Amino acid sequence: MKTQDPGDRIKNFNEVALGLTEREAVDEAKRCLKCKKAACVGGCPVEIDIPAFVQNVAAGEFEKALYKIREKNFLPAICGRVCPQEDQCEKVCILAKKHKAVSIGSLERFVADWEIANNKKPRVEKTASHGIKVAVAGSGPAGLTCAGELAKMGYDVTIFESLHKAGGVLTYGIPEFRLPKKIVGLDLEYLKGVGVKIEVNFLVGKTKTLDELKTEGFKAFFLGIGAGLPYFLGVEGENLNGIYSANEFLTRTNLMKSYLFPEYATPIKVGSAVGVIGAGNVAMDSARCALRLGAKEVYIIYRRTELEMPARIDEINRAKEEGVRFELLTHPTKFRGDEKGWVKEASLLRNKLGEPDSSGRRRPVPIPGSEFRMKLDTVICAIGQGPNPLLPRTLPDLKLNDDGNIVVDKDHKSSIEGVFAGGDIVTGAATVISAMGSGKKAARVMDSYLKGRQIPSS
Amino acid sequence: MSHKILNKVKLNPVIWRLCLDAPLVARSAKAGQFIILRMDEKGERIPLTINDIDVKKGTITIIFQEAGATTKMLSCMEEGDFVEDVLGPLGRPTDFGKVGRVVLVAGGVGIAEILPIARYAKSLGNFVLTIIGSRTKDILILEEELKCSSDKLIVTTDDGSYGIKGLVLDPLRDAISMEKFDLCYCVGPDIMMKAVSQVTQTCGVKTLVSLDANMVDATGMCATCRVTVGGKTKFVCVDGPEFDGHLVDWDGFMKRQKRFVEEEKRALESFQAQHKNCMYKQG
Repeated sequence: MKTQDPGDRIKNFNEVALGLTEREAVDEAKRCLKCKKAACVGGCPVEIDIPAFVQNVAAGEFEKALYKIREKNFLPAICGRVCPQEDQCEKVCILAKKHKAVSIGSLERFVADWEIANNKKPRVEKTASHGIKVAVAGSGPAGLTCAGELAKMGYDVTIFESLHKAGGVLTYGIPEFRLPKKIVGLDLEYLKGVGVKIEVNFLVGKTKTLDELKTEGFKAFFLGIGAGLPYFLGVEGENLNGIYSANEFLTRTNLMKSYLFPEYATPIKVGSAVGVIGAGNVAMDSARCALRLGAKEVYIIYRRTELEMPARIDEINRAKEEGVRFELLTHPTKFRGDEKGWVKEASLLRNKLGEPDSSGRRRPVPIPGSEFRMKLDTVICAIGQGPNPLLPRTLPDLKLNDDGNIVVDKDHKSSIEGVFAGGDIVTGAATVISAMGSGKKAARVMDSYLKGRQIPSS
Repeated sequence: MSHKILNKVKLNPVIWRLCLDAPLVARSAKAGQFIILRMDEKGERIPLTINDIDVKKGTITIIFQEAGATTKMLSCMEEGDFVEDVLGPLGRPTDFGKVGRVVLVAGGVGIAEILPIARYAKSLGNFVLTIIGSRTKDILILEEELKCSSDKLIVTTDDGSYGIKGLVLDPLRDAISMEKFDLCYCVGPDIMMKAVSQVTQTCGVKTLVSLDANMVDATGMCATCRVTVGGKTKFVCVDGPEFDGHLVDWDGFMKRQKRFVEEEKRALESFQAQHKNCMYKQG
């Protein structure tokens, strides 16, 4: 797929990946072998009928392809951009074995963008409203999908969002150059068209409690409140000025548009030597934002090797193209600052890889005597996010695991009657698409629960 | 979702009282809590203490001091204007309960913030001594309101134009050394809260302070408001805004509060250049 030139694109926040042309899309779609037992469908967390939409594209029938995708997926323009298809549908594509998988993700994006470019208003098919009220906490991918599915089934759904803009990570986490906010906005419009209500500036647990919402007639709840608690390393100097959690860095940049300061009032300070600790997608996003905010040198500092990096390969490559440097098998042990409390330097230690740990990846083992120092005036801690405890704290009967994630059974049922949960608050920080998948499954289960039916075993 | 400004009063040349339509906040707000306010589409999110509420009318009162561009912009709003976003009530409410004898200390716009605390303490039957400090008599605010909510009110002014001449620390030292106090509660400039905490520490009086920190989401998601308390990292937005004054790493906190001083100056200059004499209006 064509991309903006790396030299140009680090000076702007415009979208990097430019999408397929019509010619390219049709040619790519024609590569599909039309397998009798297509493995790709099983690889999709929201069960899109991939062979069908790909065939539509191959035949130039883009509108048909659009409706085929929309039967299963509320957010195709988003998924087409941020889904790790290489680990999902494309991984199991038969062509992946000896050649190259069909670029299912690019095709999904092509169709979704075609919808936007041609101003197509998607036909919304829904069951007549029966007025049963359902509340969804959190307007990220899990909550949006759950709400959309329930609304299609005729429920009166309200999403409560604590920020002033909906979308969750789609809005505050993923940068403009990977996921334009205009696209997020259009998908939110679609959801409103299905009848979903979104109330922003509403923090469930503080603005109103779950019990209060129950007395207002909400019959069931889906908690899609996300992984909104930043993890820090726990090393000395971590609270020095210039050290950000990735959440803070990205929220200032993406939600509050600090790159347009002072026209947009939220400031951000980026020095000339930036160290990003971590190597997931969030770390890559942070590093690439730092470049665009004027940093001269940006380093990804990661304790394992490239092989173990959790980020999408595309994102790692794009970061490399843009000039991000990688300090691998390295981790910080201490940060030092000046007399005004600004970070100036990190102490780092080299690692070697040992036996696999619980994640299955080889454990980093520090090499004694390998300390060295690096001059850094900005540090972004992107080592992961955990469950935000605010709402769970108001629900003492809500069973949590040791990490603070909400414990649910295979049907997304929590320990509280009528309260379901999905997405990062259950699994820990994962992907947009897996959150969507859980939102979808939870909606089905909640429908059964609300109709007093036995929940079918999945 | 806009919030109408229903009333605006100037308390002194830089401190204003606004009454805002915010029924969802008013219905459950308690003393010690705050809101996040965003003026408009391009605005930043700032925390403001809730000074008073009217549940029936669905309104909240905030008292704020002009500091940066956003508070300056807010001070230029008129009755009938709108503020785009309000989120609240946030933070843990005050809950020190009936402890006996409480000494409240406040300075600057902290005087406004101590008022709901005084009312809370008094309503539970505590003996309330309130000590407030102002630079001069002319800029002293809320004296009458605090007199009504305290058993005794002491006013200090730096220049001696009213009350006792000097800082709040002297009457505080006198009070806690002469009589037993069960709790000290302090709100004001960081340097003042630090000094008060040092005084009360030597006399062994438990002290609560209310911190005002830079915030973005204010729901515990970003950690910009982090402060070290008793050697552990806490978030002002969800663990606070109240903390044990003897355990706060004051120097670290004060350094963090200066992170965006340059940007704040730029923003204020930019605002003042564009909107001379408060001609700023929405839309």
